[in-house]
Amino acid sequence: MTRFILKRLAFLPLVMLAVTMLLFAILQFLTPEMRAALYVKDPRQLASVEQIIDKYGLRDPVYMQWGRWVVQVAHGDLGYSETAKMPVADAIRAFFPATLELSILSFIPILILGVAFGTLSAVYKDKWLDQLTRLVAITGYSLPSFVLGLLLLMIFYGQFHIFPPGRYSLDVDLLVHSDAFRHYTGLLSLDCLLNGEFNAYLDVTKHLILPAATLIYIDLALLLRITRSSMLEELGKDYIRTAKAKGVPGPVIVRKHALKNALIPVVTLSSLIFITLLGGVVITETVFDFPGIGRWGVVAAQQLDIAGVLGSTLLASGLFVVANLVSDILYAVVDPRIRVN
Amino acid sequence: MKDKIRHAWKLLRRRPASLVGFGLIAFFFAVAAAAPLIAPPEKNSRDAYLIPQDGYSPDPVRPSAKHLFGTTEQQYDLYYGMVWGTRTAFRVAVVVVASSLTVGILIGGAAGFYGGWVDELMMRFTDIVLAFPDLILAVVIVTVTKPSLSNVMLSVAAVSWPSYARLLRGDVLSIKERDFVSAARALGASDFRILSRHIIPNCIYPLLVVASLSMGRIVITAAALSFLGLGAPVGYADWGQLISLSRNWLLGSNGNPFEYWHTVFIPGFAIFFFVLGWNLLGDAVRDILDPRQK
Repeated sequence: MTRFILKRLAFLPLVMLAVTMLLFAILQFLTPEMRAALYVKDPRQLASVEQIIDKYGLRDPVYMQWGRWVVQVAHGDLGYSETAKMPVADAIRAFFPATLELSILSFIPILILGVAFGTLSAVYKDKWLDQLTRLVAITGYSLPSFVLGLLLLMIFYGQFHIFPPGRYSLDVDLLVHSDAFRHYTGLLSLDCLLNGEFNAYLDVTKHLILPAATLIYIDLALLLRITRSSMLEELGKDYIRTAKAKGVPGPVIVRKHALKNALIPVVTLSSLIFITLLGGVVITETVFDFPGIGRWGVVAAQQLDIAGVLGSTLLASGLFVVANLVSDILYAVVDPRIRVN
Repeated sequence: MKDKIRHAWKLLRRRPASLVGFGLIAFFFAVAAAAPLIAPPEKNSRDAYLIPQDGYSPDPVRPSAKHLFGTTEQQYDLYYGMVWGTRTAFRVAVVVVASSLTVGILIGGAAGFYGGWVDELMMRFTDIVLAFPDLILAVVIVTVTKPSLSNVMLSVAAVSWPSYARLLRGDVLSIKERDFVSAARALGASDFRILSRHIIPNCIYPLLVVASLSMGRIVITAAALSFLGLGAPVGYADWGQLISLSRNWLLGSNGNPFEYWHTVFIPGFAIFFFVLGWNLLGDAVRDILDPRQK
């Protein structure tokens, strides 16, 4: 088991290297002059574009440019993100906790509601509860996050003024950046409570509700579908019929027999859902102006802030590898018939 | 063939949800086909996809007899934009699915058929693209190749092929060991003939099912890129862009928060129903093509 995990983790840097290499290759579609323009901050520098190209070696073959970047990273320097206006490492430290907080707050309801209603939906197949659950699933699966997000903002911010966009209000901004405020966990809502700032806690939570609701509605669909179909498959198997014939009560069959087996694919899927959330939810964060990894990544990508794109991509692709590993391990944990190797 | 159609119709009728999906897509298709009739372009317009503007005031105007769906930011007629945008939506969905399927078939087919280092090389490349956060990769590709509708299609195709390639490779691996493939080889058929006549036709159905199920996702991703302002230029009939034009008007006017509701609702629900239609239809296609259902 340990050997398997170590072997897979050895792949992590390889995947990250390959992903950044691909990114460098794509950037070669820009002419050296265009890439030099990314370093220009003042119109007066335009005269010295050639020097910039020479200085940063923008005409070198792609593997040399990439190699230089890798060496720089190996020295612990991820570069400076123009869009975040801070070094990439600081930007990750600033944005990742926000995304983490949002991910946790969305993932827990997704998991509970998904498993509960997916199971009920299978047990009461074709009854009204099942029809309703399937309706929620198919609409959630079809609703773009930006449409749902804008509608929610229109109603709950425009009409009722209760759930504003952003991460906190102005007065909380002053509070969390004051010296007296201690950042214990990085999760702002929790830190507010630990600092005894109950009003700030309420404010931060209010800002989290709409993006979390959007993510829950949209990602719940996947989990509902998988739980339902996996549960239906289990309920149709012979051992369930045997249990029924032996007089085991229905609820016990569902909970003790079928659910345990049906949850195997659910575990894999939910770990993937969680990591996808952690990698940053680009559109939802953008719609709600929520300063997380996803919004930073997409702004960096749009303005070709190369260091920023590389940083956010490194994080997301690293998480992707870890997610696959975790889901493989969980697979073996919940299903003893599967051996990892 | 006739039997197959009759069978498909029987399955469709049994599931009202599939019928709804079929109806939605048929409706959108009719709108797209009839666009020049129900929303005739102005006589002197150089491109029918450019939405006519009624004046230049920035504030949207509510629906009226003159503008059935009202106007959005900068007085673009929303009704015209929605009708012609249907064509754009179909074009994007079909082009992206067709091109990513082609790439997926080429890469997955070659990897599974040839095995060895070809397989290793192609599948590792597939893994890398999969490990990339797909929206970020798509945004980088569009930005580098300059924002436009065709580059949006290119970039969405560039991030959607890996799942097709993976699926097809697995199926090819199992089919190529079968006797009829050895027989074809013994008869002296070329690699290309074996692959295109014997192997691919035998594993295309699962791929088609996945493709029809992914139609909705692809429409959403492409619309998301337009929403971020990376698609067609402002004023082009494209639903994603009409949504992004509504972002400044979410809060309505003073005292009437829903003053500009139509700028969000109309394009938003069009995308929703279009995607819903494809998803319901995708479920139906899966049921029809899945032999276990017979």
